[in-house]
Amino acid sequence: MYFGDVFSPFNFLLLLIGTIGGLILGATPGLSPTMAVALLIPFTFKLEPAQGLILLGAAYTSTVAGGAVSAILLKIPGAPANIATTLDGHTMAKKGQGAKALQLSFLASAVGGIFGVLLLIFLTPVLAQWALAFGPSELFWLAILGVTVIGSLDSSSVVKGLLSGCIGLWLATIGFDDIMGAQRFIFHPNVAGGINVIPALIGLFAIPQIISMFAQGRRKLAAEVLEVEKHSVKKAFFEVFRWRRALTVGTLTGSIIGLIPGVGGQIAGLVAYDQTKKLSPDRHKFGTGHPEGVIAAESANNAMVGPSLVPLLTLSIPGSPTAAVLLGGLLIHGIFPGSDLFDNHPDVAWTFINSMLIGQILMCVFGLYIAGIAARVAQVPNSVMAAVVLGLSVFGSYSVQNSMGDVYVMMTIGTAMYFLERFGFSAAPLVLGLILGPIAEANFIQGSMIANATSSIGAYFFTGSLNLLLISTVVASIGYSVWMEIRSHRYVTKDDVIAKEESAL
Amino acid sequence: MNDLPRIQHITASGLVAIVGLWVTYISFTQEPAAAFLFPRIIATVFSILAIWTFGKAVLGKTKVGNGLKGKVVVNLLPGLFVSLVYVFWAAQAMGFYTASTLVFFILLSLYDPAPHNQITTWIKRVSVSIGFLAVMYGLFALLLSVYTPKEIFF
Repeated sequence: MYFGDVFSPFNFLLLLIGTIGGLILGATPGLSPTMAVALLIPFTFKLEPAQGLILLGAAYTSTVAGGAVSAILLKIPGAPANIATTLDGHTMAKKGQGAKALQLSFLASAVGGIFGVLLLIFLTPVLAQWALAFGPSELFWLAILGVTVIGSLDSSSVVKGLLSGCIGLWLATIGFDDIMGAQRFIFHPNVAGGINVIPALIGLFAIPQIISMFAQGRRKLAAEVLEVEKHSVKKAFFEVFRWRRALTVGTLTGSIIGLIPGVGGQIAGLVAYDQTKKLSPDRHKFGTGHPEGVIAAESANNAMVGPSLVPLLTLSIPGSPTAAVLLGGLLIHGIFPGSDLFDNHPDVAWTFINSMLIGQILMCVFGLYIAGIAARVAQVPNSVMAAVVLGLSVFGSYSVQNSMGDVYVMMTIGTAMYFLERFGFSAAPLVLGLILGPIAEANFIQGSMIANATSSIGAYFFTGSLNLLLISTVVASIGYSVWMEIRSHRYVTKDDVIAKEESAL
Repeated sequence: MNDLPRIQHITASGLVAIVGLWVTYISFTQEPAAAFLFPRIIATVFSILAIWTFGKAVLGKTKVGNGLKGKVVVNLLPGLFVSLVYVFWAAQAMGFYTASTLVFFILLSLYDPAPHNQITTWIKRVSVSIGFLAVMYGLFALLLSVYTPKEIFF
């Protein structure tokens, strides 16, 4: 369905630009997929919705895969999703198997990615129809679930994660109330119209990264780019399928983790690596440059991409920060995900999904050939990168409504977020709160009106199997995170990454 | 818990708690009450969590957050200052493209690890800044037709 639309010359050109650009951006340490997609949004304003999504989707897919280049050749993960790839990938490169590691990584990414997108293709229409059964109370709880799951799973501290989510929900209420037209929390004229999501997203993801680059001072990149020798792609192709266990575990783990809102590619890669190691008879070789480690990690982090969009496209609930940014890209074109998207804009939905499938193949093909160039780009000094990203953030935020107010909001929120992150707060739940706040409030008000006319608010919001299921999931996600925190079982957190970066200062 | 002074955590969580309490106060005192129904729920949870976090910071039980080390602050302050001046004054007063190119050059000079005493370094920095101006102008003025404040220059 709408498969041919992907191949119209302009759409295909956008797909190519998104893929190649994403691979290069992904290889650049510090430019996370979320930030890359957020910075690209202003470039989609003049495009048709489907075209804009093709560009954003391609960039999302290939930044995740592109992060493997710097992970393997520089031992610096391009994105958190590539942390597990450094463990064996860089050791392989040091042994003179850099090309082989890159080929295995891109091929495994493509296999995992294609499986993930197929899951998206088969699950999404079914779930979108099922979503029609959701009334205001269920949609309210779903929005709350989106914030609490990310708040509890994505942060180093459950309380600070949930607090970040609350800050986001509060920011979403600033401006004029939709129903009564009352002014709420308008403490400055620049926020009179509310906080525009796109400048806020750019600020939250780009500005803390820029300040982090400043924090490293005048520092030369310590890593040296390892040379890439020649290796037959055909051999790598057969080798990927020789390590079937790693490929299967990685792909399945990534797909399942992708479906759970809030659990990102970083966790997918690490869990897949860990599980493959446990199941492998060669587990003692892991960490010494074993191909299974690279295949498991890379197939998992790309398999996660497709399923992570399922909650967004079916229920309007972004399951990850990048999905939240994509939601911003959809809303700016006046399109709401869910059944509306599939019933009224099937061309947009299917062209986007199909482009992600084709994008996986393009990503694999181009990844194999431009890895060397991407590794050189990854060496661009922090000073240049910070200045470029700052310029793009300012111009991008301004171009949303040609308003300096948006630029001020972007800078203020971004700077505040940098300092909040230093004290354990997290941007992801804040973003989810900001995006899901209006959905939660609209459904809460609508539900309250229905409840007042039919029963009581308590009975309306706290009974019914779907409500109870959603409430239980909210409680379970918080409970699980508390338990993990108490047992100190969390995987690598942002604090660990920052501490590691600063130990080199 | 890191070895940072507790005061940093107390200050950060204290500020968040103040915002939380302010939001709660506004939510419960402003009219019409119906417009503040949802904010009241959020504000209550916000305040409880913020006070909890503040309490933990006061008791020295904060487990996460690396805080700010002196070296980090010294490194980031010049860049942050230049960025804030750029956003809150220069972009509008001088014109977007002029201010952006100047800021690009200043940041490059501040954070580029290349030695300052070589003429080639400065030629490189000027060239890269001009290249940046060309790319930004091409992208935003020509491709996206974004009208930006021009003021003194362009």
